[in-house]
Amino acid sequence: MKILVCVRRVPDTSENEISLNSAGNDIERDDLVYSINEPDNYAVEEALQIVARVGGSVTVATVGRDEDEEILRREMAMGASHGVLISDNAFSGSDGRGIATILKAFVQKGHYDLILTGVQAEDGGAQVGGMLAAMLDYPFASLVNSIEVLDGGKLKVGREIAGGNKEISEIELPCVLSIQTGINEPRYVGMRGIRQVAPIPIPTPSAEELGIAPATVGEAGAKVKQVDYFVPALGKGAEMLEGSREENIEKVLELVAAKGGLK
Amino acid sequence: MARIFAYIIHKAGVVDDSAAELIAAAKKIDPAALPTAIVTGFGADLDAVCGSLRSSYAEIWKISNETLDYPNAELIRQALIKVVPPGSIVLVAHEHFGIDLAPGLSIKANASFVSDVVAIEGVDGPDLKVVRHEFGGQVSTHVLCDISSGGVITVRPGAFKPLESDAVNGIIIDKSADVGVLTARRRYLETIVAEAGDVDITKHNVLVSIGRGIQEKDNVALAHEMAEALGAAVSCSRPVVDAKWLEKSRQVGSSGKTVKPKVYLACGISGSFQHLAGLKGNPFIIAINKNPKAPIFQVANVGIIDDILEFLPEFTNKVREMQSVSAK
Repeated sequence: MKILVCVRRVPDTSENEISLNSAGNDIERDDLVYSINEPDNYAVEEALQIVARVGGSVTVATVGRDEDEEILRREMAMGASHGVLISDNAFSGSDGRGIATILKAFVQKGHYDLILTGVQAEDGGAQVGGMLAAMLDYPFASLVNSIEVLDGGKLKVGREIAGGNKEISEIELPCVLSIQTGINEPRYVGMRGIRQVAPIPIPTPSAEELGIAPATVGEAGAKVKQVDYFVPALGKGAEMLEGSREENIEKVLELVAAKGGLK
Repeated sequence: MARIFAYIIHKAGVVDDSAAELIAAAKKIDPAALPTAIVTGFGADLDAVCGSLRSSYAEIWKISNETLDYPNAELIRQALIKVVPPGSIVLVAHEHFGIDLAPGLSIKANASFVSDVVAIEGVDGPDLKVVRHEFGGQVSTHVLCDISSGGVITVRPGAFKPLESDAVNGIIIDKSADVGVLTARRRYLETIVAEAGDVDITKHNVLVSIGRGIQEKDNVALAHEMAEALGAAVSCSRPVVDAKWLEKSRQVGSSGKTVKPKVYLACGISGSFQHLAGLKGNPFIIAINKNPKAPIFQVANVGIIDDILEFLPEFTNKVREMQSVSAK
């Protein structure tokens, strides 16, 4: 099975506090630690596990800039055989539809039986996978938390629905699935693995090579635009305890007892 | 102003709470709007749903089709494309079905798409101005969405308060004949109900709940020790289950359990809306997190900026100390 996994490099919220820049038009990006979007990493692991079971190959692709190459290398070190950096100045400022338009053009230059994305990025809208599927006229399932390959060009997929329940469906290939975190246990990637894939070239197809009209993507094609960022003032906020740790612990114990808690 | 439709989520003949919230969202787009409900399904459940919507929606479009008995986004998308006029605005709740349906619907309808909207500020020229959260709610962003050729908008459940308004005695219009034959390449087979775990976190008054801040599997014991000392149970947020450190049955949130404790100790939990959606009954929330910007501090009653890996064991020791004193 030939599998394409669409990935993104994002600020890692487990490593950063996100704050506004001084102009208020973006988050403060200096000194941010970036990493692969977490659900995308699960998607790559799932692709590798499918290929280990039924054969095939895994390609990871991202729409981005030079600095995004690092996450492709990382996923190649996990075992993806190809990495592709789809890159062009015309792509800058693309909305979700723009990214899906670019990926569609890329998919149509090759042949993939299965396309995976992460379910959502920290700064995204859980949208590109579903849009890409509709553009390609492939079936789609979101929030996928299990995949079983069936005979006859089909998969049995589980979707995470409310209350921890799981919706099981059969879906025809080729299809697009958006992968939920927790579907597997992504393998560890060490520096040695990343060094080993360093010599592998990463193609960087442009808008022209993919036959994408610049007006349909990037800022020119975007119908959805971010205006500014702000920190929401939600409710009155917590009463912050600012004593020593010992004082805070005593206060919490009092509160737990007072609010009906202690045994 | 474009016509506004609200896709109604329902289960076993009962309308989802989001149906009333979508009316409130529609009024934010256009104060004069009388949004039209679209309901798909089959049989007595569908009729019950349409009937109960008559008090809140002026017009209800009913699409009855045997293949729509279970909500399959691929089939429902085809049905909507056949009945919804081009250029319309379609609102859908941002939950597991909306996430499945809405992005592809926007492509097939050639409409703009914006997801998980938490507030709507109004229309300015071709643009709808909305508010979204990013980075788990650490920052918000204003987004302009050009709806001149229509829009598909998913709305965060709970973000729009239902309006109090008089019953409208709406009319039900049967659009089933317009839908024709629907075909899907994805077929629903069954629903596997979540397994009960060793501990039922829905039955406890006090929950010691841990999140990503617990950092590694070995540290989970710190929470167990604290819970044992307090007579509480350990629950958690999604990252802890994803990492396989605790069972799914201990997860609080929209994709886990809904809990109603008296006291909720949120330890190293950032406080995403999916997590908070699992907290009901207005518990007293005490949040301990080393990130002062964690969204949990906006909803907690009491907050402490501290490292849970140090706070939890000291807390446990203090409780044990008090218990040994009182036992003497």
